[in-house]
Amino acid sequence: MNYFYFPLEEWTNDFVNGWLLPVMSGFFDSISVALRSFIDGVTNLIIAIPPELLVIVLILLAWKLAGKGIALFTLIGCLYIGSVDLWAETMQTVAIVIVSTLISVLFGVPVGILSAKSKTVDKIVRPILDFMQTLPIFVYLIPSILLFGLGGVPAVIATFVFAAPPAVRMTRLGILQVPEEVVEASQAFGTTSKQLLFKVQLPLAVPTIMAGVNQTIMLALSMAVVASMIGAPGLGSIVLSGISTVNVGLGLTGGLAIVVIAIILDRITQGVGNKL
Amino acid sequence: MNKIEVNNLTKIFGSHPQQGLKRLKNGEQKDEILDQTGMTVGVNQASFAVEPGEIFVIMGLSGSGKSTLIRLVNRLIEPTDGEVLIDGEDITKMDKNALIDTRRKQLGMVFQKFGLLPHKTILHNVAYGLEIQGVDKAEREKKALETIEDVGLKGYEDSYPSQLSGGMQQRVGIARALANDTDILLMDEAFSALDPIIRSEMQDELLKIQAKLGKTVLFITHDLDEALKLGDRIAIMKDGRIVQIGTSEEILENPANDYVSNFVKDVDRSKVLEASHVMKRPEVLLSYKDGPRVAVRKMEEAGVSSIFVTDKEKNFKGLLTIDDAIKAYQNNTSMEEVLITEDIYSTPPDTPLNDLIGIAADVKYPIVILEDGKLLGIVSRVSILSGLVLGKEKDEVISA
Repeated sequence: MNYFYFPLEEWTNDFVNGWLLPVMSGFFDSISVALRSFIDGVTNLIIAIPPELLVIVLILLAWKLAGKGIALFTLIGCLYIGSVDLWAETMQTVAIVIVSTLISVLFGVPVGILSAKSKTVDKIVRPILDFMQTLPIFVYLIPSILLFGLGGVPAVIATFVFAAPPAVRMTRLGILQVPEEVVEASQAFGTTSKQLLFKVQLPLAVPTIMAGVNQTIMLALSMAVVASMIGAPGLGSIVLSGISTVNVGLGLTGGLAIVVIAIILDRITQGVGNKL
Repeated sequence: MNKIEVNNLTKIFGSHPQQGLKRLKNGEQKDEILDQTGMTVGVNQASFAVEPGEIFVIMGLSGSGKSTLIRLVNRLIEPTDGEVLIDGEDITKMDKNALIDTRRKQLGMVFQKFGLLPHKTILHNVAYGLEIQGVDKAEREKKALETIEDVGLKGYEDSYPSQLSGGMQQRVGIARALANDTDILLMDEAFSALDPIIRSEMQDELLKIQAKLGKTVLFITHDLDEALKLGDRIAIMKDGRIVQIGTSEEILENPANDYVSNFVKDVDRSKVLEASHVMKRPEVLLSYKDGPRVAVRKMEEAGVSSIFVTDKEKNFKGLLTIDDAIKAYQNNTSMEEVLITEDIYSTPPDTPLNDLIGIAADVKYPIVILEDGKLLGIVSRVSILSGLVLGKEKDEVISA
């Protein structure tokens, strides 16, 4: 099939080595510094909270939003994490999840709104989202190390690329799902497009947007192990060292902690979506 | 001035509406345009005018373009051609702000599927129109509460729409439209989603509201009975065109074409026709001053056995039978003594025929139609029957 040679490889390398790294490194460094201090801030904050207090808050939240069963599960799960001495690592992972979810939502919701409002935007955004979700993770993991160095920052960037699409898609869906007659009725009474968005469409889309946020959180957690490969601290690095030293026990211990966090966060965020 | 005036309003859905418009103006039919260009003619050069305080009903089957037409009136759908004058201002030429302002101040709308905001309470739903205009909270909620009370939903202001039945939800829809104090109400199949008893109740309610507030109502329906009950005038639509505009009687009695006459042939005429439509002039009128002798002679001339009696001002006095007249003549008694005044049923001219059917079966004499005590005509059993069956055609049939 090769009728001609397409030098994508050379071009990309020229682009990265000839322009991106030398010219743009200052720009990426400043992003890196800002993100790092954000991640460190969040990590320090949640580590500074006494674990017992945090657990009680979590249990109450779970009880209120997801019922007694999940509250009990939260208690047992947190006791487990404490008993295998992984609390600090768990908090590091949670911090990365929080930061990447926040960035994903800050990007995803406005883009979702725009693509719901404009077909052109949707046509441009949709293939980009497909690209973000299906491009093998390692393809952008390596360049993000080049640009941002090792540690939590490239992990957050990589997680964002993987986890933001559901936030965009679900926001768009939520807005398009608002019944036509409700939109029509508000317009008939003289609603401006801004009022339509903030008084009608967004409030009615919130449960769907929350489902998107929930998916973003789950995808972010699923990136924990991959992120640890580029030096992100947390539960992922425990699992990774378990795997690399063929320490099955250590791998399971860390892996279970990830599952526990995933279930608690999933049920609580789902509860938020249903309550609204 | 007309409250709403629509001139040559056209909507073509498709990729090149202007091309379709040219074809339409060359007299091509909706089907031809669809076949040749794939474009759908929603509304085809519709024109009508609604007077202040009038209930104007647009009636048509599904696909006739009636819902598109009402959305063109407040520009929820952009017209392809034509003009819509609201109080003389052409809404199709307004910029965005003027359009929003006109919708807020002049056009209330009620929807078939209610279109209530599910995340807001009834109070906030009704206050919504005022809220988006920036009316302050206390004032708009006071107004909303009043309107909620007017539509009979007091006590439900803190409920959510999903907690209410369909009929109640539509009351909220109407309250929302009323809260804005617009002169015009656009009602898009407003009662079609309700079950028959509630629908009839809501129709009565609308008539009451209209009588009280004098709103100008543009009402869309697919239900001819509803159109006949509510409409001061009715426009019948088919394939995007208005095929006839007229009062209920005009449409029932002089259908413009086969389509309309097919439509109206199953109508329950008894609900639409009024006594005045089927009454006849009494055969012989007799001034009260004339004596029994004159009466007998007049009855002989007309070949009838009884005669209605009025005074000079046509005030109804009673009925005289030929037997009584002869008796009075022989005994030389006065007319008043033999005149039958009881057992005669009288009714105003706008009584629905429906109400007269039962009465006509029971009474001995024809029903007398009176207005302010003056005799306008009489309704016999035969005229009720022929009115029901034939409408106005009865004259032709009888003379043939």
